[in-house]
Amino acid sequence: MAKYLAKRIFYLILTLFIVITVTFFLMKLLPGTPLTNQAKLSKSQIALIYEQYGLNKPVWQQYLLYLAGAVKGNFGTSFQFSDQPVSYLISSRIGPSLQIGLQAMVVGVIIGIIIGAFGAMKQNTWVDSTTTVVSILGISIPSFVLAVLLQYYLGLKAGWFPIAEWGGFIYTVLPTLALGAQPLAESARFVRTEMVDVLSSDYIELAKAKGLSKTGVIFHHALRNSLIPLITIVGPLAVNIMTGSMVVENIFSIPGIGEQFVKSVLTNDYPTIMGLTIVYSFMLCVVLLFTDILYGIVDPRIRLTGKAN
Amino acid sequence: MADTVKLPEDSFKPISADDRAALDSEKIAAPSLTFAQDAWRRLKKNKGAWASLIILAIIFLMAFGSIFVSPHNPNAVNPSYANLPSKIPGININGFNGTLVQAGQRIDAYKQAGASNVHYIMGTDYLGRDLFSRVLYGTRVSLIIALVATLFDLTIGVAYGMFSGWKGGRIDTFMQRVIEIILSIPNLVVIVLLILILKPGMLSIIIAIALTSWTNMARLVRAQTLELKEQEFILAARTLGERPLKIAFKHLLPNLSSVIIINTMFTIPNAIFFEATLSYIGIGISSPQASLGTLLNDGQKNFQFLPYQMWWPALVLSIIMLAFNLLGDGLRDAFDPRTKE
Repeated sequence: MAKYLAKRIFYLILTLFIVITVTFFLMKLLPGTPLTNQAKLSKSQIALIYEQYGLNKPVWQQYLLYLAGAVKGNFGTSFQFSDQPVSYLISSRIGPSLQIGLQAMVVGVIIGIIIGAFGAMKQNTWVDSTTTVVSILGISIPSFVLAVLLQYYLGLKAGWFPIAEWGGFIYTVLPTLALGAQPLAESARFVRTEMVDVLSSDYIELAKAKGLSKTGVIFHHALRNSLIPLITIVGPLAVNIMTGSMVVENIFSIPGIGEQFVKSVLTNDYPTIMGLTIVYSFMLCVVLLFTDILYGIVDPRIRLTGKAN
Repeated sequence: MADTVKLPEDSFKPISADDRAALDSEKIAAPSLTFAQDAWRRLKKNKGAWASLIILAIIFLMAFGSIFVSPHNPNAVNPSYANLPSKIPGININGFNGTLVQAGQRIDAYKQAGASNVHYIMGTDYLGRDLFSRVLYGTRVSLIIALVATLFDLTIGVAYGMFSGWKGGRIDTFMQRVIEIILSIPNLVVIVLLILILKPGMLSIIIAIALTSWTNMARLVRAQTLELKEQEFILAARTLGERPLKIAFKHLLPNLSSVIIINTMFTIPNAIFFEATLSYIGIGISSPQASLGTLLNDGQKNFQFLPYQMWWPALVLSIIMLAFNLLGDGLRDAFDPRTKE
């Protein structure tokens, strides 16, 4: 296990290194300068500004400096907000994004498990069809459409929740719902398929034959075994939530990193874009590593095959 | 007792045509079906998938047919007819009869604008452009982007997957690491970076989506190739000295087709979704071109007062996504009957 962990962490670092390198050189390829009114500036002024941001050095030096800074969590200074370090911009905004993302993930997956399990238990009845309809709709309706509809009908018309801004828990409800629909649908579908498989297996028959109560069979035998593979879709779901958050945070004007990313893209704030790209892939790498380790702990068969390889 | 079996003489006569016909009439086997025919039969039995196929065909026909026949010019600006609600002749339900609530009263917007002799099925937008024509136009753009991106995805993904699986060993490990690295950055982030470099526009969206979405296909194709290459028919082809390229096209590709087709059905809605997201954020298709994403973005601005401007594109987008998802599910069941309970 320790060896496996070390290998995975080595790959995580390698991945991040490649991500940093590629984004750095991609950004160097981008057109445009960080100067807002270049025409009004004299040559010496431009040279001064370039020196301040370290843009006068050769590219390879800039790259090494950036790499050294990135290791310490320093991603340079934002072009959009002068004197604002990117790391501060990100760290002050990551809280809301993490909160909404985690809430959406937890709420979505838990409700998805419940719906999916019910669908599998009452297979081929109206409960099952409702499950299928809910999961297909959840996958098909883009989160930003859902966000606008929720904002209008639950926020503005019904007045139950604030329509935008960031404050207490009540402000997180609508964004969580909008982002949670996809994990809900995906996990409901996944759990249903898994559970239908498990319910028709021999050990469930045995448990039933031994006279266990129906709830005992469902909770102790069926649900547990259907939930293990669910860990594998947590990574893709995290990607979904990150993607969705960029738009949903904009709709609800939440001061998160998704909103900042879009803003930086629209204002050509390259250091912030780079910093956020690295943070996004770091978060995703950690989620993937975490789920892989968890999967190995929960399902002993994985560990065995790992050794065989 | 001699050890011989006496067979009647007439057993050795050829059977007559009448006898043969009699034998055939005894046969109770169904006509033998090819794999594709069998899958098609199962697909037709799946109501959801079948309906999706028909709906998609209609949407494709309308979207691409609107190049030749469009109810109105999708780009013709007509300010005096701006923000008219939808009016479908013959239907008198509020919301579809050209009336809208203004200052607490339901008024006929068409009469007010002096547009009594025209009707717009989905209404008009803030510049008086026919929303129905815009939606058709936008759907076309979205579909073109999705299809071209998927075509790239098919070629890159399938080739990468087959090569990786076929070669195996170190090359395979290395190629899989590359995929893992690509997968560890959220797709949308990569797409946004690529679009920034390529400058926003239809072509760069296609390239960006194509360059990022092939990983899933490559993984699936690789897994299947690893399984297939151990089988006897591939061994036979290799023993006979067939070139690898020919094995790939003649033996591997037909056996991979179901995996490829199914995955394509999930790649297309993904591409549509990415395009809509990008245009919605404001770095995708730009005006006067339209896609479902830009239409949603335009409609969302006026959602409080003119909700139909967002409902229509949202509806069309959701229906397309829904249909592709259902069709993909149906195809999966049709190609692999084992997954069906």
